[in-house]
Amino acid sequence: MIEHIDMSLVDWSRAQFALTAIYHWIFVPLTLGLSFIVAMMETIYVRTGNEEWKRMTRFWMTLFGINFAIGIATGIILEFEFGTNWSNYSWFVGDIFGAPLAIEGILAFFLESTFVAVMFFGWNKVSKKFHLASTWLVAIGANLSALWILVANAWMQNPVGMVFNPDTARNEMVNFWAVLFNQVAIDKFLHTISSGFLLASVFVMGISSWFLLKKREEWMALRSILITAIFGLLSSLMVAFTGDTSARTIAKVQPIKFAAFEAQYDGTRNAGLVAFGILKDSDKKIGEKKVKDFVFKIQIPGFLSVLTGGDKDAFVPGINDLVMGGVAEYKGLTVADKMQRGTDAKDVLNDYKRAKLVNNREQLELIKEYFQGKTFVEENLKYFGYAFLDLPEDAIPNVSVSFYSFHIMVILGFFFILVCILSLILLLRGKLLKNRWFLRILLFSIPLVYIASESGWVLAEMGRQPWIIQDLMPVNVAVSKISAGSVMTTFILFAILFTALLIAEVSIMVRQIKTGPKH
Amino acid sequence: MMIKRNYFLPLYKVIHFYYDGFRNMSSWGKKVWVIIIIKLFIIFAVLKIFFFPDFLQKKFDTDSKRSEYVIDQLTNSPK
Repeated sequence: MIEHIDMSLVDWSRAQFALTAIYHWIFVPLTLGLSFIVAMMETIYVRTGNEEWKRMTRFWMTLFGINFAIGIATGIILEFEFGTNWSNYSWFVGDIFGAPLAIEGILAFFLESTFVAVMFFGWNKVSKKFHLASTWLVAIGANLSALWILVANAWMQNPVGMVFNPDTARNEMVNFWAVLFNQVAIDKFLHTISSGFLLASVFVMGISSWFLLKKREEWMALRSILITAIFGLLSSLMVAFTGDTSARTIAKVQPIKFAAFEAQYDGTRNAGLVAFGILKDSDKKIGEKKVKDFVFKIQIPGFLSVLTGGDKDAFVPGINDLVMGGVAEYKGLTVADKMQRGTDAKDVLNDYKRAKLVNNREQLELIKEYFQGKTFVEENLKYFGYAFLDLPEDAIPNVSVSFYSFHIMVILGFFFILVCILSLILLLRGKLLKNRWFLRILLFSIPLVYIASESGWVLAEMGRQPWIIQDLMPVNVAVSKISAGSVMTTFILFAILFTALLIAEVSIMVRQIKTGPKH
Repeated sequence: MMIKRNYFLPLYKVIHFYYDGFRNMSSWGKKVWVIIIIKLFIIFAVLKIFFFPDFLQKKFDTDSKRSEYVIDQLTNSPK
């Protein structure tokens, strides 16, 4: 008999994972983007032979190095948490997670021990071209390293390419390419790395504007802004494009998540895209769950229908339709349907377990064949996780968090497109130095770009709730039955450790920035 | 005249490269290395050992027992 699930254990485990992931994500995107920016600057140095470019490259490389070093191994803690706090989940995902994470680990190890060393120790010791190649390899390697983590995360959003083995209770990868080229993985990888490029570009523009405000290092600051305004603009357009394709994919594979980040409860044709709005609790309910309503909203009419269905007459289902059904236009399964199908899958798994207990080999073979058959997988096993829901409305994520994180990310994304365009215009017209207000905006954009970047992950992970693996496993089943107190203790330890690391990073970085590039 | 080839030369050069790099490291480099070492010690020697044992590895001896446990969790978990 299973003991009752302590919800505070689930909450603390989630909070701990969120804390670790959020802190880890402070370091990662800057590494992804700054590595390429440094590589571009060094390329110009190698091509021109101008020592000022070398000085500039080394300055930004120093900031890259500080961020890279402080961020090292912060992601490993997430893997510890999988084994300790999320053991059912870790076992259930089987080699789907193991393979990508192993590739990532090997790649990161070789990258860090060889090419990063050449980057920092190799100036004047190896040839210019070899040093440049090492810098590019660090940039490419760091981004490829991120690919494998994102492939693993994408599988949690859209599990594909596996078969569940009822003997081992593990998912076994049967199609590596389906896992790698999962549409969510492609969208996620491109969206994430381009957002990292944008973050690093805004970071460099912000620091450079500080130099300009202080009337220092004008030559370096102006050229840094030029490079990163171009790189940032291209990246921000890529972020917008991949964000759009990502939203279309989410509308297909995670429709409730999609409806939640638009706070769309009732499906409609000619559905508008909410540019911005403020939510409040309403008197309406879906089952036992309160529905949110808008205090006000600015909407682009018909845009959501065009985005998801290709034309403004396309029907976009709302949360209510997806959960409860009852609308003629919505032809898909409701959560109640999926709960029944998931329960059937769970019953078959139970039959298999019982047959195994009495060692009835004939029945075991029959059930296993049925269990792994295409029809059963498509119609029942796919919805296995729904068997653990009490009520259909439990499948609804936190709408406020999803809505605000999505809109903060999108609004800031467009703000950065504008910032990059304005930077380029002012720079090319020679008016950047005179417009000190704009330099201040660039400087204060640094925290904003981090908020946008973190909001993206909050949306991705909170929007997926209640699932840890979409449709297959809810978080309360994934969690290990350990004491909530021990998770709380490690939560506090992590909060202290990560805050100390962040303070160390910021203080060392600020000191290096104030020192400026060395002659 | 025979020229003796030193097969260890590339290895020596690599070791010297790292040795020289660490010896001539900048002040910020030294600081971050201190942070890296402290951090890795906390993560692997404190957190991993005392706070993050692998739950299923610790609780069961064999993979088949771990599988049975997870199957129980999946089939008996309360709603």
